[in-house]
This record gives sequence, C-alpha cells and structure tokens, in this order.
Amino acid sequence: MTTIEAAAPATFVRRRPPAHVRRRRFLVAVANHSVLIAAAIAFLLPFLFIVMTSLMTNDQALSPRIWPHPFAWHNYVDVFTKAPLWRWTLNTLVYSTLATLGVLVSSVPVAYALARLRWRGSQVAFMIVLIALMLPPQVTVVPLYVMWAKLHLVGTLWPVILPNWLGDAFSIFLLRQFFLTIPEEYLDAARVDGCGELRVLFTVVVRLAKPAIAAVALFSFLYTFNDFFLPLLYVGENSHNWVLSIGLSEFRSLHQVQWNLTMAATLLVMAPVIILFFLAQKAFVEGVTLTGVKG
Amino acid sequence: MSPWILGFSVFFGYPLVMSVYLSFTHYDLLSPPRWIGLANYRYLIDVDPQIWTSVKNTLWFIAVAVPLQVLFAFGIALMLARAHTGIGIFRTIFYLPALAPPVAATLGFVYILNPATGPVNTILGHLGIQGPLWFQDPSWSKPSLVLLSIWGVGNTMIIFLAAILDAPRQLYESAELDGAGPLRRLRWVTLPTISPVILFAVILGVIQGLQYFTQAYVAAGVASGQASQAADVTAGNLGYPLDSTLFYPVLLYQHGFTDFQMGYASAMSVLLLVVSFSVTLVIVVNSRRWVHYGGMAR
Repeated sequence: MTTIEAAAPATFVRRRPPAHVRRRRFLVAVANHSVLIAAAIAFLLPFLFIVMTSLMTNDQALSPRIWPHPFAWHNYVDVFTKAPLWRWTLNTLVYSTLATLGVLVSSVPVAYALARLRWRGSQVAFMIVLIALMLPPQVTVVPLYVMWAKLHLVGTLWPVILPNWLGDAFSIFLLRQFFLTIPEEYLDAARVDGCGELRVLFTVVVRLAKPAIAAVALFSFLYTFNDFFLPLLYVGENSHNWVLSIGLSEFRSLHQVQWNLTMAATLLVMAPVIILFFLAQKAFVEGVTLTGVKG
Repeated sequence: MSPWILGFSVFFGYPLVMSVYLSFTHYDLLSPPRWIGLANYRYLIDVDPQIWTSVKNTLWFIAVAVPLQVLFAFGIALMLARAHTGIGIFRTIFYLPALAPPVAATLGFVYILNPATGPVNTILGHLGIQGPLWFQDPSWSKPSLVLLSIWGVGNTMIIFLAAILDAPRQLYESAELDGAGPLRRLRWVTLPTISPVILFAVILGVIQGLQYFTQAYVAAGVASGQASQAADVTAGNLGYPLDSTLFYPVLLYQHGFTDFQMGYASAMSVLLLVVSFSVTLVIVVNSRRWVHYGGMAR
C-alpha cells in the first residue's frame, strides 16, 4: 500500500487549500465512493442471488420470490446424492495437480534459458512462445485430437495432462519476464563460487523467483480447474472421467429443472477457487499485475 | 532445452502444419484423409450458410464486449485509485467474479436472467419495467453474454489499477501547477502513462473474443433445456436461440467434434489462424501512434 501513501499530498510545504476547494474535494470524494459502492453492490448481487437460490426449495426457486423461506439447507446434502460430485472433484484434482506440477517442472528451466542464457535461436524460441501464446487453441486442436485418437487415449484425461509436462507458453512467458528482473550480479556470484547453470537455477533463481513461481502455480491450477473446452473434447463422451466443469454443465440436464440444486452445485464449484483466493490473495494480485505491467 | 523443443514440435509445430494439410482433405477419422484441394475453402466461403452467421456473431461480440470491458475496468480502476478508504475491500469485490469458473458463472447468469422467475426480471417488474427474455431471445442473448463478460472484468481492472498507481506523481503535480483540471490531467497524464496496458487489454480481449466458446456453449445448452424441458442438452442446440450464440469456435466445434468433419474443421481453424494473427499484427503496428512507452528503449 506504499503507493497509496505516495499519492497523498507532497513532500514540500504547501498551504492549506481554501475552504471552497476543500469542500469541493470532499464532495468529489463522496461522489466517488457512492459510485464505487453502487458498482460493488452490482458486482456482488449475482453471488447473492446464487446463494439465495441454492437455499430455496424447488417450488420456491421457480417462483418470483428472492428470499428463501424456509431455508433449505438440505440442498447441500442432496446435491451429493443426485450427482457424483466427489468423483468429478477427484478427476478435477487429478487433472489440475498433475498439470500444474508438469507446468512448473517444464516451464521454469525454459524460462530461465530464455531470460538468462545466450544461445543460438533463443530469440526465435521466444518468438515461438509469443506466437503460441497468441494463437487460439482451436487452431491446433484438430490434428491433436486425431493424434490422441490414434493413441486410443480419447476418453481419458491424459490428452489434457501430458502436454503440460512439455512446457506451457503462458507460464514460460510470465516466468521469463520475472527472471529478467533478477540482477545479474547474484547469478555471477553463484557462478564464481563454482555453480553450474543448473545449480544457479535451482539454488539462486528459484529462491528469488518464489512469488512468480507461486503465481504461475496458482494460475495454472485455476486454468485447469476452470478448463472446459479440452476436457469436453477428450472426456465429454466418457462420464466416468468427467471433471467438475463438464459435470456442472450437464448437471441440469441430468436433473431437469431443479434450479435450487443446480445453484448449490454452482456455488460448491466456485467455493474452492474463492477460498484459494483468500488464502493466497497476495500471490494473486502480484501475479495478475506481473502479466500486465511488464508486458 | 531439448525436451521443450520436442514439446513445442509435438504439441504446436506439428499440429499447426497438419492443420494446413488436413484443410485440403476430406477426413472423417475412420478412413484415411483424401486430398480434395480447395473444396473445403470453396464450401466455406461460397456455400456454408452458418459461417457468416458465426463470423457476424463473433465480430459483434468483440466490437461490443471489448470496448465495454476496457471502459468498465478503466472507470473502476480510476475510482479505486482515488478512493482513500476501503481500497482493499473494493478491489477484492471487483476481482472475485473474475475468479468464478466460467461454467459456474454462466449457469448463475442463465438462472438470474431467466425471464419468468429470475431475480433480475422480478426486480425490474417491481420497478414497473418489463424485463427482456435475455438468453431466450435471439436479440438479447449476446447482450446477456456481454453482461457476463463485464462481470468478469476484474483481471483487467487490477492491471489498470496497478498501472495508474505506478504513474509518476511528479507528472500530476507539474500538470496541476500548469493549471490542468482533472479532465485534462486524465487525458494528458493518466491515459498516456497507462496506454501500453490498455493496448495489452485490447489485444487480450480480441484474442479471447476470437476463441469465445465455453460461455456460449453452456448458455445455449442450459437456456434451451430451460425452454424445452428436453433432457438432451448437448450438441443439438448449439447457438440457441436461433443461432444467435453460434460463435465461430462453436461452429468449429460442431463441424469437428460432433460431425467429425476433420478436414472442414481444419479449414476453419486455418482461417482462424490467419485472422487472429493479422488482427494482433494490425493492433500492434497501429499502436505505435498512440501508445506511449515512457523512456524505455523497446
């Protein structure tokens, strides 16, 4: 929050502004806050509606009532008996965890090589990373699908997990941007002490880049947790391997019009992400900022 | 490096080249690809009636959603930067929706905006306004998706906020001493200093618009189920209502993965490749005119 302090009036001596200026500033501040509060309420309302509906009985959810009466806490028990939520959660965790591990193991060394080592083709390699970052996944999806179909892996989660173990363009890009900010002297000091490049990477760089690595881990976990398109392609036909995003999208068709249970399931799928956010708020905000400002 | 060079060739280079090759073939996964020259492209441009619908839908969405997203994110970030109290709480509130998994957020919006009993139309009704049919009406389904995308604008907002707070304080002070009012400070100090970030948000928005799939797919599936009570939500109702949410990636999915016309889907993806590449190029090249990169050598 130091930046906010810096925004307060300056270091040199200043006369107290005249009364009408102070009054105008006060009014502007009030107006500013009112608009902010109104916008904040508008942003929170969808959450509130979802929570309310998830606590209604089915009849009530289909009526124009907004406040549940009585509160149907039992929905959160029923949801687990109506759909294999635990199975979907387990599949999602397998996908997210294995993919995130893969991204970290594969992307950190590549990002380091792109940021710090001079080698033939490093510029070209970075351009390729950028292009891979820009292009929609739909561009390469057909041949990849054909490839996995030939390997008889369509219907399993391998087609969505394995590619992450061979590098992820977004993570490589983000890590490279961070590695560029590490002063060369630290690395040289380690090299003078007789460290090879690999040891420099694993002792010095990884330790200094902890926030960036945490952000990459978070983002890739979230990305895979939310991912819908690729799981739909590869496990859409095999409900045994459905992840939460697929299960949730089919939830209503499995149970017809039960909006109250659907909203309970919706909330349960949102919950882990939101809890994760509150546990790791700092890493989040730093990570998001890193993607934008250094770009 | 070699494992990653391998990775990029297997999962990026090879499929890119294969896409181009397959786009000249007829391929249904069962029998080997058969060379048919430009027939896919000819069908795509001259015959397929859905292509133009999907292109129009996609362009409409990008043209409306991206400017609105940037505007909202910028407005909120600006107000946040000026707020002296509660900045942390506000920031969290505006960021939370961006975290909501897209499938969950879409489901929530289809319910909240359901015409008969949804809370939004109920409240509008109390105010004496007849609410629209939202996801059930071909002319309101895309605006509903735009609303959903504005709700999730938190990422962009955080990036803007960081950039605004990063702007050198001296610039504002000297502008103020020169007698520049708040509006002129906004135009000549704030905007130029954060222009690279705005450019980034626009590029990202356009790219995401070109691959917009999940929300459209889920909204169409759920909303159509709601209308017909039919149990089968998949496939049959892509683009519901009346192809109004049939975006380019949705049509590509339909051709490739429900009809298994791999050759034709490849032709569509090659076109998408060309378009997204040139769009990015055009934005980046034109940006030199209005983006200000400070003193940094780039």
